Amino acid sequence: MALLEIRNVSRRFGAMTAVDKVSITIEAGEFFTLLGPSGCGKTTLLRLIAGFDLPDAGAILLDGRDMAGTPPEQRPIHTVFQSYALFPHMTVSQNIAFPLKMAGKTSEETRSKVKEALALVHLEEKGAQFPHELSGGQKQRVALARSLVNRPRVLLLDEPLGALDAKLREEMQIELIGLQRDVGVTFVFVTHAQSEALALSHRIAVMNVGRVEQLDEPSKIYGLPVNRFVADFIGKCNILDARVLETSPGGLKLEVKGLGEVAAPAREGARSGEHGVLALRPEQVRIGAPDSHHDLKNHFTGRVHDLLYVGDITTYIVELPNGTRIEALLPNSAPGRATFFEIGDAVRVAWRHDAGNFLRD
Amino acid sequence: MTRPRAETVTRWLVSGPPFLFLFVFFALPSLIMVVASFRYPGEFGGLAPLAATRPGEDAGITAENYGVFFGDWIYFQILAKSFGVALLTTLVCLVMAYPLALLIARSPKRHRDFMILLVVLPFASNFLVRVYAWMIILGDQSVFLRPVNYVLAHLGIEPISLLFTGFAVVVGMVYVHLPFMILPLYTNLEKHDPVLLDAAQDLGANAWSRFWRVTFPLSLPGIFSGAALVFIPVLGMFAIPEILGGKDDWMVGNMIKEAFLGTRDWPFGSMLSIMLTLAVLAVAALAAFLARKGTARA
Repeated sequence: MALLEIRNVSRRFGAMTAVDKVSITIEAGEFFTLLGPSGCGKTTLLRLIAGFDLPDAGAILLDGRDMAGTPPEQRPIHTVFQSYALFPHMTVSQNIAFPLKMAGKTSEETRSKVKEALALVHLEEKGAQFPHELSGGQKQRVALARSLVNRPRVLLLDEPLGALDAKLREEMQIELIGLQRDVGVTFVFVTHAQSEALALSHRIAVMNVGRVEQLDEPSKIYGLPVNRFVADFIGKCNILDARVLETSPGGLKLEVKGLGEVAAPAREGARSGEHGVLALRPEQVRIGAPDSHHDLKNHFTGRVHDLLYVGDITTYIVELPNGTRIEALLPNSAPGRATFFEIGDAVRVAWRHDAGNFLRD
Repeated sequence: MTRPRAETVTRWLVSGPPFLFLFVFFALPSLIMVVASFRYPGEFGGLAPLAATRPGEDAGITAENYGVFFGDWIYFQILAKSFGVALLTTLVCLVMAYPLALLIARSPKRHRDFMILLVVLPFASNFLVRVYAWMIILGDQSVFLRPVNYVLAHLGIEPISLLFTGFAVVVGMVYVHLPFMILPLYTNLEKHDPVLLDAAQDLGANAWSRFWRVTFPLSLPGIFSGAALVFIPVLGMFAIPEILGGKDDWMVGNMIKEAFLGTRDWPFGSMLSIMLTLAVLAVAALAAFLARKGTARA
């Protein structure tokens, strides 16, 4: 039996449907992420799971039991809030002891569990300090320790890394993965940062306007997006209007606007004549001198329209004679070399016949 | 480190006038009062001269006023009673103001200003008129009291009287000072981050625990300012005991007023005033000490 089951849940605010018939099943021990742009309903869904809000339709089940009649304080589900929500009048230790006190634990047990929780987040020395004396990352750790100290069945995390700077965020990501593995608590993580979701999760539900667009493992979400929204939202993507010319077990032959014939991997259920888009990741596109890459099935010649040097890689935007633009990535592995091509250089872009995805409209 | 000259000049230009004002109209008069409390009263009010102008006249410096105060229990009792009334008023104000301040602070933002306006609206009418109104409300002929006494009479019980009692004094005090408790409490409660209550609930706290472990401790600064704004003015108040209280309900403020305006014994009034100030300072020091001890422990 699944640990947490969200069954056909809807929540409306006036005319707006924040969550629209969402069904998700989350297994025990999973690191599950709700990913989507702001306003997609992911935070509303989190509040429904925590119990701060009730669904208009559908049910939320924990261990098979409907949570509808259970107020937040009685659900074995804790939340890490985006602003941490540490109690400013309590020390770090008192903050962490709070849920234990509420659960009526003895002071001895409380003391030992607080100590354990402090060690878990590497804050052994900070127990007597007040939240305002801590840095952002330390506050984050206290919030985590406080929500994990009495081992909830599910831990909800509402964009917990949003307030941290980039470097600290990356450190906390690694720490979160380790923490989740150590304590074995099921994490439901909400974020709008796709790289965070890909890095942390076992499974991701990509949400848009209240619905789940795709629910899958990170590699599938990234590599095999099911529709244009997912392809566009997760990572960078060349999205080109396309029509199926021919289908065969080995692949599709597409008529792509501005490119002509393109070979693409087979897609289940694709029929010739169908309209859609070809979604092509920039890192799947090779870039080389105009006479290179003859071996690849799909190759087109154009000029470098623009380039963006970001250190480890450079993104080239190549414009074909008919105005179509294609993004390609090239790693800057040669030391000291920022660019292989300059703006205006004639180049060839090419990709394998099994690269990219045809997505029906 | 020396400050730039212009900055020093600006500082004195800004802080100088209020400083001067407080010195001339607060520090200096207080000093004059201290001196006055050690003098003899003049024949027709004011102070007796420092050197006798004719034989047998009381003149010069004396501690006699303090001798009178410490020589008779009654003054200490009145001072203690004044503290009692002030404390009771503060507590009643707190208990009445807290739920209201909380209600306003948790109302939608667009309603709050209007509700605060209602709280301060009584200030728009004259203080004495408002206190006199209570004479009618609490009087024996009041529409509230007559039915009660009618029933009591039928039960063979003596009718009760509310006006000119300690009860009436406290009612008047609470009525007049309630806004001074509501406003600082509201200002404090309004600033509380609602996500803290969500967090507390999420971590297992029911409504009772959420109030006593989160809202209440965070509102202590508001409670302290409200308590100070009610306690200190009530302590020195003379109008309300005079209008609503009986002869037994005199407070230290009434004695001071009587000394200056009634018996025209300025030195005695000054002495009472100084004793009151010292008592307030002692209470404030005690409160500060307890507060510091409280935070050190927390």
